[in-house]
Amino acid sequence: MRRLLFQALVSPPLTEPLKRDEGAELVELASKLNQAARSRLGRSLSIREIDAGSCNGCELEINALSSAFYDLEHFGLRFVASPRHADVLLVTGPVTRNMRDALNNAYNAMPHPKWVVAAGDCAIDGGCFAGSYAVVGAASQIVPVDLAVHGCPPSPSQLLQGLVSLMKWPSRSASGQLPDS
Amino acid sequence: MAALAALTGRPVEKHHPWPRLIVTNDTWLDAIDGLVRNRWTLSGLWGDDGVVHMALTAGADVRVLSLPCLHGRFPSVGYLHPPAIRLERTIADLFGLQPLGAADTRPWLDHGNWGLRHPLGARRDFIAPEPYPFLSAQGDGIHQVPVGPVHAGIIEPGHFRFHANGETIVRLEARLGYTHKGTEALMRGSDLDRAAKLAGRVSGDSTVAYAIAFARATEAALNVQAPDRAHWLRALMAEMERIANHLGDIGAICNDASFSLMHAHSGVLRERVLRTADVCFGHRLMHDCIVPGGVTRNLSLAKEPILQALVTEIKARLPSLEALYDNTTSLQDRTVATGTLEMGLAQKFGAGGYIGRASGRDFDARRTLTYPPYDRLSFEVPVFEEGDVNARVWVRIREVEQSLSLIDQILVGLPDGPIRTPIGAQGGEGVALVEGFRGDILVWLRLDEDGRVERCHLRDPSWFQWPLLEAAIEGNIIADFPLCNKSFNCSYSGCDL
Repeated sequence: MRRLLFQALVSPPLTEPLKRDEGAELVELASKLNQAARSRLGRSLSIREIDAGSCNGCELEINALSSAFYDLEHFGLRFVASPRHADVLLVTGPVTRNMRDALNNAYNAMPHPKWVVAAGDCAIDGGCFAGSYAVVGAASQIVPVDLAVHGCPPSPSQLLQGLVSLMKWPSRSASGQLPDS
Repeated sequence: MAALAALTGRPVEKHHPWPRLIVTNDTWLDAIDGLVRNRWTLSGLWGDDGVVHMALTAGADVRVLSLPCLHGRFPSVGYLHPPAIRLERTIADLFGLQPLGAADTRPWLDHGNWGLRHPLGARRDFIAPEPYPFLSAQGDGIHQVPVGPVHAGIIEPGHFRFHANGETIVRLEARLGYTHKGTEALMRGSDLDRAAKLAGRVSGDSTVAYAIAFARATEAALNVQAPDRAHWLRALMAEMERIANHLGDIGAICNDASFSLMHAHSGVLRERVLRTADVCFGHRLMHDCIVPGGVTRNLSLAKEPILQALVTEIKARLPSLEALYDNTTSLQDRTVATGTLEMGLAQKFGAGGYIGRASGRDFDARRTLTYPPYDRLSFEVPVFEEGDVNARVWVRIREVEQSLSLIDQILVGLPDGPIRTPIGAQGGEGVALVEGFRGDILVWLRLDEDGRVERCHLRDPSWFQWPLLEAAIEGNIIADFPLCNKSFNCSYSGCDL
């Protein structure tokens, strides 16, 4: 273990300078995230992922966000275990009828302000499962969706761009507003 | 090997490559008897219009038995052979065909949310479901811990009901079906393009293996052969999928024992595999690259060095990760002798993949039921007998090494030529068993005269692995459940369909 750790000390980090083709946009978005996140959420955004019936392809790519190449956390984004700690609900899958209540419960457990991101074609409109007796379809039929990230599954860089771009928006819709008190 | 010849019946025409027999009640009971005596292994049990089908394997021989159900009933297989229980409950949920004498008649996939019953059989009106009774455990100080369907991590949904005494698990029962999407109903009447797309989304992590299994079953039904080059490219994608998943699993298992260093390093290698797949085949997980008749993406000569470089890099880095795993005593303390699965159970359930092979079951569809190009490639099937988390990690490590060698061989032997054969629209029945990273996937289908899918059944290896997790966890502590669960890494979506 010692050797690996020493090697890691002297080798450069794997986290990539953003790719040239999409880099310019992402860097710009990243700095916006920092500004917006700082002012609204104390420099961080907590994400609760919920699989509402996906084929698990989206989960693989969401998990990849935590790898050294993307290092989700250096954008101030992180995954949390409880919806009570979350600002963002990241929904995947065509929302099966068997998961409808669970999705609703998870959303209701989140404190305001909160956002919902539909990740992947299934969560956006049911994808190739639309029309099945066992499927509700779009996540937006159950929870108010603020942002959609297309793809089957979306790649980690698409997901990252999506999550980061969420922060460009000023206070948004009833779901994003503080409750009256 | 000739064992299955003892089962006789009326053979069905146009069923390839193995025979399908329409059998009587007596032969059905003989088949169950053979399962109980371990003469053959249950590879699948599924419903159809007024018929139940059972797939059996013995060595390299496969049979499909079909029993017409008189008055919508058939003799229960699960009554004497527990691996069939959940499959029968599924048949009852989807088709309304009742297993006679079954010990467990609770619904499985049907949670009472669909607004109808028996979606694949004669649809019935909805009746409100009764509360689901979990199996119980009684004794002083025994308490229940319900977990899920939503879990703390980024994983699929499923409910786990623990009965524990203090920290020790007395009984675990899983309740799945949360991701049921009605895939087999969507398959009905679909053309092959749409059906292949759906097959590739039964379990996203095994999309290549499912696509191969679906393509092979279709090709068998239509009696066409994919071109040679397509077979080799399919194997190349399948081995890349296996390496990517195994690397992900090895890291994630260690991460569940709070050893994130291993997770970080294997995550880097996994990402390299996915990026190489993206460069070579245009998609990181290789969705929709394999279709009936061949493959849609060719590997250009210019891309071969990229694959070569990937293999070289993983080969160079893997030994240090093996050493890291093997020499970290705090990690070994968690994985050795944890979640032990008995060899007898692995055999009885016909557990495929690393779960079976870590518990002494020497089965690999690539070798045992050889399909091209594996008949022309040399590889070993690693088998361990300890059956613990540690053994399941080592099977994965050894399989990564074998897959790297297979990719080397494929790059050397890859034949030139076309990558896709046109397929006509005609009827037929086909079956295929293909080795995914998790184990053997069975696809059975019947096409109508227009070449549309009339019935397609896709059986994930996890059907025979989930119940074993419940056996392996007994006597372990709740804190070790994530570790054991990850070492099994069963598919939720694959079983829920």
